[in-house]
Amino acid sequence: MRSRDTFQDPYLLKRLFRQRLIAILFFILLLVILLISRLTYLQIFQHKYYTTLSNNNSISLVPLAPTRGLIYDRNGVLLAKNIPVYNLNIVPDQVNNLKQTIAGLRSFLPITDDDVKTFYRELSQKRSYQQVALKVKLTPTQVAQFAVNRYRFPGVDVKAALVRSYPFANDLVSVLGYVGRINAQDLQNLDPSNYAATNYAGKIGIEKYFESQLHGQVGYQEVETNSSGQEVRILKRIPPVHGDNIYLTIDSQLQEAALHAMHGARGSVVVVQPDTGQVLAMVSTPAYNPNVFVNGISTKNYRELQTSKDQPLFNRAIRGQYSFGSTIKVFLALEGLGGGYTTPGYSFFDPGYFVIGGQTFHDEAKNIWVNLVKAIEVSSDTYFYKLSLKMGINTMDAILQKFGFGQYSSIQMNEELPGLIASPAWKMKTEGKRWYAGDTINSSIGQGAMQTTPLQLASAVATLSKRGIGYQPTLLYKTIEPDGTADLAESVPRTPIIFKSWIWKTVIQGMINVIRGPKGTGWRFGKPSYSVAAKTGTAQVYSLHGEKYILANVPERLRDNSMFIAFAPVNKPKIAIAVVVQNSAAAPKVARQVLDYYLLQQNHLYTTNRTNPTPLTQGAPHA
Amino acid sequence: MRDSNFMQRLMQQRHAQNKSFFKMLHLDLPLLIGLILILAYGLIVLLSASNDSYTVFYKQLSRILLGFVVMFVCAQIPPEKYRLWVPWIYGLGVFLLVFVLLFGHTGKGAERWINLGLFRFQPSEFMKITVPIMVAWYLSEKSLPPKLKPLLISAGLMLVPALLIIKQPDLGTGLVIMIAGVGVVLFAGINWRWLLSLAGLVIVSIPVLWHFMHGYQRQRILTFLNPNRDPLGSGYHIIQSKIAIGSGGFWGKGWFHGTQSHLNFLPEHSTDFIFSVLGEEFGLVGATLLLLLYLYVVGRALTIAYRATDNFTRLIAGSLAFTFFLSVFVNIGMVCGILPVVGLPLPLISYGGTSVVTVLAGFGILMSINTHKRIVKQ
Repeated sequence: MRSRDTFQDPYLLKRLFRQRLIAILFFILLLVILLISRLTYLQIFQHKYYTTLSNNNSISLVPLAPTRGLIYDRNGVLLAKNIPVYNLNIVPDQVNNLKQTIAGLRSFLPITDDDVKTFYRELSQKRSYQQVALKVKLTPTQVAQFAVNRYRFPGVDVKAALVRSYPFANDLVSVLGYVGRINAQDLQNLDPSNYAATNYAGKIGIEKYFESQLHGQVGYQEVETNSSGQEVRILKRIPPVHGDNIYLTIDSQLQEAALHAMHGARGSVVVVQPDTGQVLAMVSTPAYNPNVFVNGISTKNYRELQTSKDQPLFNRAIRGQYSFGSTIKVFLALEGLGGGYTTPGYSFFDPGYFVIGGQTFHDEAKNIWVNLVKAIEVSSDTYFYKLSLKMGINTMDAILQKFGFGQYSSIQMNEELPGLIASPAWKMKTEGKRWYAGDTINSSIGQGAMQTTPLQLASAVATLSKRGIGYQPTLLYKTIEPDGTADLAESVPRTPIIFKSWIWKTVIQGMINVIRGPKGTGWRFGKPSYSVAAKTGTAQVYSLHGEKYILANVPERLRDNSMFIAFAPVNKPKIAIAVVVQNSAAAPKVARQVLDYYLLQQNHLYTTNRTNPTPLTQGAPHA
Repeated sequence: MRDSNFMQRLMQQRHAQNKSFFKMLHLDLPLLIGLILILAYGLIVLLSASNDSYTVFYKQLSRILLGFVVMFVCAQIPPEKYRLWVPWIYGLGVFLLVFVLLFGHTGKGAERWINLGLFRFQPSEFMKITVPIMVAWYLSEKSLPPKLKPLLISAGLMLVPALLIIKQPDLGTGLVIMIAGVGVVLFAGINWRWLLSLAGLVIVSIPVLWHFMHGYQRQRILTFLNPNRDPLGSGYHIIQSKIAIGSGGFWGKGWFHGTQSHLNFLPEHSTDFIFSVLGEEFGLVGATLLLLLYLYVVGRALTIAYRATDNFTRLIAGSLAFTFFLSVFVNIGMVCGILPVVGLPLPLISYGGTSVVTVLAGFGILMSINTHKRIVKQ
């Protein structure tokens, strides 16, 4: 039994409840009266007005899709265009029996199970008065076949539409990405009204990043319809506004040259213009054909691409996070000199190994005296082991950070990954272990946890080539709005990296010797007619645990990755490049082919266009 | 007072003996009649709204029959059993909401359905009756009127599922659940002043809510304020719906003679906007008739709440009646342009299975409350 305090008295409680019940009943009555008065207002007082509207309501609004903006390369070569196709569309609301209708259509049109599946998926995402494509890209014969049978299929119609097409197919997919049919996920981020007539949206790459610029603005037309809902005539048309045309910094010829230079190997080539940070080529191999994604790739083909050992869908240029290999040395060398950890004159005899705390770090036996320039030329690990111990990991990390490693480069690609600068704090967080001197030593030759993307590496080389004056890498050259206004993209300068000029000179001399020096590790590159500064790198894919690396004994996919960075010409750099070739030593050869193409072979039709440094507004000496 | 109560109970028992058949089946005849009338009316409208599609008609009829089976079963279960089961059912509902967010089927840009092979199930509809019952269950165990701590816990009990539903995104159902929860607290005897301060808090939190809304939800509210700003999107719904209702006039255009729906000007005319079809074809007379039928059913439900013998059943009955009316009001308010378009079905009329079945299940519980009265020990 409950205690009889005032609030627990069941009778008082009951009375309170009943009071509330009556209050709510009055509230409900009030709302019902509100609804009835609203209905009275609409149906009695506004009746005439709405009757007029209803009688005139043989007019419906049909949304018109805007034409998607085109994408060009820096020289005006068309990279992404729209081609007209005929689609078979269904408006579910106007169909009596959808299953029968589709079966009927299949009896004389080649509609695959995949088409039907895609149709139903799209159907579930759209409202039932919106048209959904059942089959895309009808041939003229199929259009004619349907036209004859059209009377049997109310609510089904053939409509002309524009579909995205990539004339370069595989060659530019690592930059452009592709568009695909809009799905529910896309719709969350898109304005449904503006996309009322649009079937495609950018999925990855440039197509995705610039979706809002490329898409344009929906238009509509007022259409008079007859009693069965078919269009009789167009009364008014508000035309759609087509999307902006986008010019990329890419040089499609150079892009193709770089792709071919890879000779089918897995890896990436990124070429940056040092004066502007503009990306001239960005290759990831193997590539794939974006055109198959536009109208929905079949599950089977997609699985093939996805499960392929070569990972064609993986954009190595911006998502491949590779060990630096010895390419890291040039950046460390700058800080080594700048911070006073070493001098150009300091030298010692390199025995080919290094012992610390009882642990031996091996190097290919050099057996020569090395100073800094020599150490870069021959890629002496021992020299950098010593240097790194003097510098300490925090100093090393700081200079890598200044060059843009371990952070998003703000390139116009949503999929970019940031790479990694390993630090004691990072190791504690991920592995729960403290940082050892051995970790510092490993980092000094670009092994261990440090990771870079080919894009970051190329961008850092561009900054180095300009002696510290770098720009954020960019793919956007200019946009042209539908009214013809051109909007030239400006390069965004990075915080300059300040070193005395002899420091730059010393390190770059080392890089020149990589190619020209008697023991230069860049021998595979050969000796070109132009001046070039470079650095090689090798990154272990698989640790041999002290065994000797004998190429023939290592399975192909566990072989070392080769890296190569370079810029040319040395004194007035026009091009900076980073090459990664997985499980092969071919990187220098690939780089040579690309540089040769750009500096010697390429027909210089567009020279004015190519070197187009955007005037610096910040920190310009004459400003 | 006690004597009169005793007499009343005696009267009730004698009264019940007269209807012993329905009493035996634990059904409430007045409520049953009201529901059947509304459902029949709904099917008549649906036949026209679906353009004479018997597939749609029979599908809905079979769902209604399923709903009656569920209602019958719910009516057989005595309230004491509900008292034991409520937290578990609530927990299951929250689990399903999380599940649907992770693996749900998408329809019209929102993840609301779970595919059970034979049919698809919408947990948010199910929660529309479960949440108020849960809050009722929780508060009935506490001393009434509720103190601050139980109130805060009640708020949590309704906010968790409501926010999960808003995330789907289904703003309409989420808001109805919150208001239904407030209704329960009101029945539980909360001080009016507290309620007013809560209302104040809600008004203050509108900017915060705005921040969490999806783009399309914001659009809908902006469009509600000015339908012409988005004639292709949700503004189109409101404009066409008002034309349908307004052109219906006093007597309506007649069954199957609504041009708005038959010429496909009115979108979603079998689901959320079915009331506009009714308004167009049966006019003010038909619309008012439906409102009166609803009022009758709500009134009967409130009567059951009025007669309920303990806190638990009182609160449940009251909240079920209130939630039912709220759904009706929000849908019709939205269709005739005094509330924003939030995507909410008209209970018992709109085409759609989960809604019919859960609403009827709720009425089954009400019948159970009315027919399983225990003698309160003094």
